[in-house]
Amino acid sequence: MPTTPTTPSMDPMEPTDPAQSTRQSSGGARSPRFRVRGTGRLLWAALRALLVLTLVCGVLYPLAVTGVAQGLTHQANGSPVRVEGKEAGSELIGQSWNTRQGKGGSRPDPKWFQGRPSASDYDPRATGSSQLGASDPRLVKAVRTARERVAAFNHVPVERVPKDAVTGSSSALDPHISPAYAALQVDRVAEANGLSAEAVRALVDRCTEGRTAGFLGQPHVNVLRLNLAVREAARHG
Amino acid sequence: MSQTFADVLQIVALVGALALVHRPLGDYMARVYTSDKHLRIERWIHRCVGTDPSAAMRWPVYLRAVLAFSAAGVLFLYAMQRLQDKLPMSLGFAPIDPDQAFNTAASFVSNTNWQSYAGESAMGHLTQMAGLAVQNFVSAAVGMAVAVALVRGFARSRTGELGNFWTDLVRGVVRILLPLAAVAAVLLVAAGAVQNFSGMHEVHTLSGSVQHLPGGPVASQEAIKELGTNGGGFYNANCSHPFENPNGFSNLLEIFLILLIPLSLPRTFGRMVGSLRQGYAIVAAMGVIWLAGVVAVTVSEYAHPGTAAQLAGGAMEGKEQRFGEGGSSLFAVTTTMTSTGAVNSFHDSFTAFGGGVTLLGMVLGEIAPGGVGSGLYGMLVMAVIAVFVCGLMVGRTPEYLGKKIGPREIKLAACYILITPALVLGGTGLAMALPDGKEAMTNIGAHGFTEVLYAYASGSNNNGSAFAGFGADTPFFNTTIGLCMLLGRFLPMVFVLALAGSLARQAPVPVTAGTLRTEKPLFTGVLVGVIAIVTGLTFFPALALGPLAEGMSS
Repeated sequence: MPTTPTTPSMDPMEPTDPAQSTRQSSGGARSPRFRVRGTGRLLWAALRALLVLTLVCGVLYPLAVTGVAQGLTHQANGSPVRVEGKEAGSELIGQSWNTRQGKGGSRPDPKWFQGRPSASDYDPRATGSSQLGASDPRLVKAVRTARERVAAFNHVPVERVPKDAVTGSSSALDPHISPAYAALQVDRVAEANGLSAEAVRALVDRCTEGRTAGFLGQPHVNVLRLNLAVREAARHG
Repeated sequence: MSQTFADVLQIVALVGALALVHRPLGDYMARVYTSDKHLRIERWIHRCVGTDPSAAMRWPVYLRAVLAFSAAGVLFLYAMQRLQDKLPMSLGFAPIDPDQAFNTAASFVSNTNWQSYAGESAMGHLTQMAGLAVQNFVSAAVGMAVAVALVRGFARSRTGELGNFWTDLVRGVVRILLPLAAVAAVLLVAAGAVQNFSGMHEVHTLSGSVQHLPGGPVASQEAIKELGTNGGGFYNANCSHPFENPNGFSNLLEIFLILLIPLSLPRTFGRMVGSLRQGYAIVAAMGVIWLAGVVAVTVSEYAHPGTAAQLAGGAMEGKEQRFGEGGSSLFAVTTTMTSTGAVNSFHDSFTAFGGGVTLLGMVLGEIAPGGVGSGLYGMLVMAVIAVFVCGLMVGRTPEYLGKKIGPREIKLAACYILITPALVLGGTGLAMALPDGKEAMTNIGAHGFTEVLYAYASGSNNNGSAFAGFGADTPFFNTTIGLCMLLGRFLPMVFVLALAGSLARQAPVPVTAGTLRTEKPLFTGVLVGVIAIVTGLTFFPALALGPLAEGMSS
């Protein structure tokens, strides 16, 4: 317990006599229960303060915010995307676009636009990234493999593969790709779905979002919305 | 619009918004902390607590209240995590292990929010909102209370009284943090952050697989986690999780919220000491260091040195497409130069220099602009040191704001600045000497060492961000980093409050022709220089072994 180099009469630690405690308060007569003495009582007061503030900040505040937020039903509940009335994901959460688990394991499905590499294969129960440094040999290897894989999958030279196609996102749930990566996939997706490249390119343009408010962040393409549009076009086309 | 122009515009918009808002908010906070009136809800809270809200406290009493309240917080949060499975809304999660529960309790009470757990797979909704998020409010209010007590030390004379801790605490929560957080939470929901009480639910995706989507009272926690410079994510991916930070607007809003109170408090300080220009000198020093950091990291990330980043064509590993390098760098510097530690991109995968600057931001003591309250008192302690250095140069007894900086004051300030280097370097040294350090690294070589150094720097400075490849969930790291967080938070408060008490007792010295003008740009320059030399040089050898060695070799 720290002490001050003051005279004993100035010692503030334990106001024991009434005269002293009166001088301690800034004015007026106080009810005796207002005085906090001794470590035990102080801790008890601290715990009560915590409990009251828990009620205010930990119960009333989140309930009030939830009450207001549920007015914005769509956002507050995770921006769900519905297909034929059934929830098929969230427009904010990226998904895996692999083929169903088959004999040869699951691999990227050519009929869908593919998202960025994900450390958890887009499982929201385990978010996070590779955590590898910019010169780490394992990351070098992962980037090299991804470049070759993306180039071969889309039948383009490796030089055309953009950076977001070969680097894992931070959340492992990135719902977006760059317009460059979307453009790279147009021919492959068009062929696999029996659509014309122009039609698919028009869909990409429609699903490309600029920077928020014109200057915040980067232009991006929502992969789920784009694939929904492709699916729709392939059905009617 | 080119990406560079957009990134510059983003910084200009942020600075403009802060410049606009810091005046009314700073003045409002000064009124909050000097008013004699108690709101009805405050009187009700004080009656529940059983304290007299008008009783003035001398510094040891104030300190005792701070420590008692924080001790109660650690015990309560520890118990809550250990009993999680018995509480409602646990989502079926098991109790947290003792070492991790201690670490998390210490972390949230000390305003650090270092997380050795992953939110979505460990914590129930009640633990998050009534345990962790409550500390987001109150630990921030404690920081502000201590800062205000120090400002009162400068503003008052011939008294030992620094105000009443319970009043400062309750006012900080009720009048400042709650209203701002409520508004921010609703804005975040409008942008797309989730706010509900559901758990994981299954959806069947177009490609025929099953995805489990989480829910939770996220936006309400997100708002206070930024506003209170806490930083503990609801989910493991923190602010890079699209449900916490859905788009470019929410990203800028979160950065704004982080900087809002730390950059407004110097105005409060100026008001309370009766000279707004003294506040400007402090905020200018904060702004200069912050801006230098933003430029350094942004340039380094766009230049993307490093074998893997060069091969990929950009340093986008661990960054989100909707933010890009610019939005990620701005967030990274802001979060490490305040005591926030929330991340919208993973610093472990930043370029060597970019990651090094985020580490430097923390070891500078988090004063540019620093955490809510802790940034201001940290900067004022540095100002005391700067005044002392200037006094030595001209051979005069140093004075700051009409108070003599004598042997007692300078000893207290010196003790303050010695604490974090001792904890950071001591902790890192211990971890590296034992097998634990090497076992925790994900990366190899210099980068692996940086992971360990970053962990202790983050804990001791109450930041909470991580080079997250670091395997923090072991009894050794949970215990040592937990202790670093508590000591790094509360020992400095001891010295700050002692300093406040000692300043408040003094009679003011009249201003003469020889008085150092601490409201002038020259003093701001000296202050920045002293910060760079005193704290920067202390950590230079350690930084040379970590990020500098990595950057030079790649």
